[in-house]
Amino acid sequence: MPVTMTSPPRERAEPERRPAPRTRRRSHGGRRRRALTGAAYAAPTAVMVGLFFLVPLGLVVWMSLHRWPLLGKPTLNVPNNYAGVADNELVVSAAWFTLKYTAIMTVLLFVVAFGLALLVQHRRPGVGFLRAAFFLPMAVGFASASLLFLGLLSDEIGPVNDLLSWLGVVDGYVSWTSGSAGSALGSAVVLVLWRFAGFNMLILLTGLQAIPVDVYEAARIDGASRWQTFRRITLPLMRPTIALVLTLMSTGSLLAFDQFWILTRGGPDNSTTSLVMVIYREAFIRLDLGSAAGISVVLLAVLLVFNAVQFGVLRRRSE
Amino acid sequence: MPGSSTGSRWGYYVTGAALAILFLFPLLWSGWASVRTDTGFGLENYDRLFTSDNGIRPYHVLNSLAVSALTVGGTLFVATLGGYAFGRFRFPGRDALFLLTLAILMVPYATILIALYVLLGWLGLEDSLIGLSLVLIMFQLPFSIFMMRNSFEAVPLELEEAARVDGCTTFGTLVRIMLPAVRPGLITVGLFAFLTSWSEFFAPLILLNSTDKFTTTLAVVNLRTASHGSIDYAALEAGVVFMAVPCLLLFAFMQRSYVRGFTSGALKG
Repeated sequence: MPVTMTSPPRERAEPERRPAPRTRRRSHGGRRRRALTGAAYAAPTAVMVGLFFLVPLGLVVWMSLHRWPLLGKPTLNVPNNYAGVADNELVVSAAWFTLKYTAIMTVLLFVVAFGLALLVQHRRPGVGFLRAAFFLPMAVGFASASLLFLGLLSDEIGPVNDLLSWLGVVDGYVSWTSGSAGSALGSAVVLVLWRFAGFNMLILLTGLQAIPVDVYEAARIDGASRWQTFRRITLPLMRPTIALVLTLMSTGSLLAFDQFWILTRGGPDNSTTSLVMVIYREAFIRLDLGSAAGISVVLLAVLLVFNAVQFGVLRRRSE
Repeated sequence: MPGSSTGSRWGYYVTGAALAILFLFPLLWSGWASVRTDTGFGLENYDRLFTSDNGIRPYHVLNSLAVSALTVGGTLFVATLGGYAFGRFRFPGRDALFLLTLAILMVPYATILIALYVLLGWLGLEDSLIGLSLVLIMFQLPFSIFMMRNSFEAVPLELEEAARVDGCTTFGTLVRIMLPAVRPGLITVGLFAFLTSWSEFFAPLILLNSTDKFTTTLAVVNLRTASHGSIDYAALEAGVVFMAVPCLLLFAFMQRSYVRGFTSGALKG
């Protein structure tokens, strides 16, 4: 579905009319048999989606209404898990931190990815190399990338401190990932920019290339400046693609885990502890699955509202 | 048009080169750091990676390979049949099931993983590589089903018609006519299923308990999180390289195929 939004609107009705010519010529029984065959082919998908998506979705809500220890019998305790969410100081600070991180990350990642996409949108010598270079970090798993940056930013073997003190930017050693709340957050931001900018660049690139060349041509003939062309043509026509990448970025940031778990360990002093880290801690360190489910349901609700609002706003503005 | 004057062309190449260096530097550095030793260059860091107390063991690699094989195989199986069904058949509930599959993207997995942990326990699949693979397959489905449906829709109807006239069953048509035609889509789906399952961290962290079930990613991260006191950064970078090399090789060899898969499938929807 998300990629659908990058295609021009006139193509959107297409899938509806496709299967028609084949089935129309068939007898009633033949059509029914064909429908049954189709349903049979879809059965594995239905089983997977039902068992491993719908059931856990209901189960997480059900669990949030119970005292649910890791071992032992669950008992109904509604609404203690939800009341606990608001009382839990760590949850509140993690929620604020996660929101702050999401805002910073989404803005920076979007600006960088869009900049890269504009840089490599035209065919010219060397552009393939640049696209590959920006996209290559996606080949490294995110957990591995976090470990890579842990070494890169470390005092012990990392070149960053030496490089920056040679340039005169810093004086002596800075402990980037654990020295202060600001530098720990900054380390994670740089890591995510490096790892995900190329991926988002690729999505934005497909949107940029879907804009017909003659639209630009017409603007040029009308004497529009490059900035006017960008504001009046590129941005409005890119809106569906922009909506997609913004949703992917903000959802991904709200669910941040690997980068903080591995790079900063949530520190210093829990200053970079994200909500998903708290869920993990409630479930597998405090062994209270009910509380973890409660936080999950709240996060889930926030995400659904967030995405609905984002789509609503972006759609209204494009009409 | 940009790049028309010599000045802006220079600006483009200088900016591009500087950015490319920034993006490639961490990768090149980790390769360099993984072979750098006190005395020069050598494989001592890799040696420690595989022999230290909480280093990688052969069974960690086997576990990762098993999970990747199950996930790639399972994803291809479910997504091929599902894509064929969604792309070529009409049956009641088709559109609802398709939308429901895509909705998995809207409900990010971190929020339901606690429930999946409990559910797999009920199914007798707790702390199991099969259970982990089933969950990873489910998370791959939205992208894979979408991709395969579009690939099947893009195959000309005449091809299928001809096979039917020749007396092929729908399954025979699928195997003999359709599968060769949707090969780029299959490669893309398989590649992404491998990349995800090979490097996934959060799902195995939650779903696997015993160290002999750990995947390589868990084992490598353990070098950092289970170390009390000093971290062996050089061995860590060796671990990063060890994990990244198969993915980088696949990217390099299959770039043409998956770019074709993307442009022929996903973007037509």
